Amino acid sequence: MAISASEVKHVASLAKLAFTDEELQKFTGQMDEIIEMVQQLSEVNTDGIPVTTSVTDAIGVMREDVTVSGTSREELMKNVPQHQDGYIKVPAIIDESEEA
Amino acid sequence: MNFETTIGLEVHIEMKTKSKAFSPAPVKYGVEQNTNTNVVDWGFPGVLPTINKGSLEYGMRAALALNCEITKDIHFDRKNYFYPDNPKAYQITQAQTPIGRNGWLEIEVNGEKKKIGIEEMHVEEDAGKNTHSPDGYSYVDLNRQGTPLIEIVSKPDITSADEAYAYLVRLRQIIQFTGISDVKMEEGSMRADVNVSVRPIGSDKFGTKTEMKNLNSFEHVKKGAHYESKRQQRVLLSGGKIQQETRRFDEPTGETILMRVKEGASDYRYFPEPDIPPIHISDDWIEEVRASIPEMPDKRREKYVSSWGIPEYDAGVLTQTKEMSDFFEATVAEGAAAKLAANWLMGEVNAYMNANKLELLETKLTPEHLASMIKLIEDGTISSKIAKKVFQEIIANGSEPKAWVEAKGLVQLSDPAVLEPLIKTVLDNNEKSIEDFKNGKDRAIGFLVGQIMKGTHGKANPKIVNKLLMDSLKKR
Repeated sequence: MAISASEVKHVASLAKLAFTDEELQKFTGQMDEIIEMVQQLSEVNTDGIPVTTSVTDAIGVMREDVTVSGTSREELMKNVPQHQDGYIKVPAIIDESEEA
Repeated sequence: MNFETTIGLEVHIEMKTKSKAFSPAPVKYGVEQNTNTNVVDWGFPGVLPTINKGSLEYGMRAALALNCEITKDIHFDRKNYFYPDNPKAYQITQAQTPIGRNGWLEIEVNGEKKKIGIEEMHVEEDAGKNTHSPDGYSYVDLNRQGTPLIEIVSKPDITSADEAYAYLVRLRQIIQFTGISDVKMEEGSMRADVNVSVRPIGSDKFGTKTEMKNLNSFEHVKKGAHYESKRQQRVLLSGGKIQQETRRFDEPTGETILMRVKEGASDYRYFPEPDIPPIHISDDWIEEVRASIPEMPDKRREKYVSSWGIPEYDAGVLTQTKEMSDFFEATVAEGAAAKLAANWLMGEVNAYMNANKLELLETKLTPEHLASMIKLIEDGTISSKIAKKVFQEIIANGSEPKAWVEAKGLVQLSDPAVLEPLIKTVLDNNEKSIEDFKNGKDRAIGFLVGQIMKGTHGKANPKIVNKLLMDSLKKR
């Protein structure tokens, strides 16, 4: 097995997904097949080849540090299920500290 | 058993570019919630981030000022996590190609100098701000989302809470002089995460570390690190084990409190950001940025001491902030004697700032006015006593000193033709003092000078008065 049920469960929880036992078995099997397939790539000798971080040949284009006014708050809030006084209102999640 | 402490600091500094790191929305502190955001910051479907050249330039400035090597081929990575302060559900950061590596800064603790290494520096984006309310909801403001940050990761060279404190003070000073940030802890433009571990002296393996996140004052870092080191030693001595966890510094008790046991680093599932192609940083660009960095505090201090004759200690005080140092240099450039400018800034100006709780640039004082006032003292136009009055006026109301002195009639009396008749009158009225003087009582002179000053409402030039008075006394 390339991936275990507990690993799939862990990844699911990181994605805020909950699976039944039946689903877990099914997805573990499917993901295992996918990984097995992708693993064929490891047969290619990649010694001395830099890690691919981009699949296009584009070189990053930068923007000058010039501002454009923000999008109208009223427009943005049209896609927000709940808002109040210009804030987005969400159920409190306090068991995680802010990341940065 | 004796232990040694290892402290690692991860400092996040908000860079004051005009626009955000990956969107052109304005970067501004203290504006109305959710008004400086756009669809890129909100992670709307189909939007594409574009890197702000200014955020890389500022990042390079910081990296060069901290003696780092610049990574020439960079790309960005996604750090994935779910939290309402970031609607994209990932932060764009530099996990594999930090803009700078292998830098250092120098600290001084108890007279001992020490180099602290910098492991690496990342340009990344800040998240929005959540406010938790007792009603069971959080209120999210995304203005801060996408503000460029520079994250500075120290090497495990810091071995005490005092060194951690000195490192932060020094880091803030250097960054402030680069001009890329206001580095204000109280406004959150500088935040520190602190890792602490202990190990028996002589052990070649670091102990398990605990982390305190987002400390908002240098004092808390010092106290928290000190407490944590002692706590871990107690746990180990009593046979316990340190577990990798996040703790919170509790201000009232000065203790650290367990928040949660830490997730492993791989849980963030970093992968290269597919929306931003790699970027090459040319040597020309690096040199251009290097040339744009303002003169650093060490260089300035050296210049003040060796070229301008300022004492070592004073030079240190004057280079604590860029504002003070720039102000001092501008005052000297306006023609004030460096030593006098230094004395005024460290004395009266500092006292005024403290008494009125103002920053230097919030006062009405300008380098032109300070220099002009100092020149008035030097050429004898005003006395140092009158100067204090003039000073209050120019710092509180921003008046032009020369014009104000003339308008108020505060010009010092130095003309012997005006002073001599006055001295004659005073002497004529104080025969007793003349006698005292002749009998060797020097105190009599003080009294006579006082009478003359009184007669001119304090405007007489004391140097000239003294000279004229001595001449007249000798003739009697």
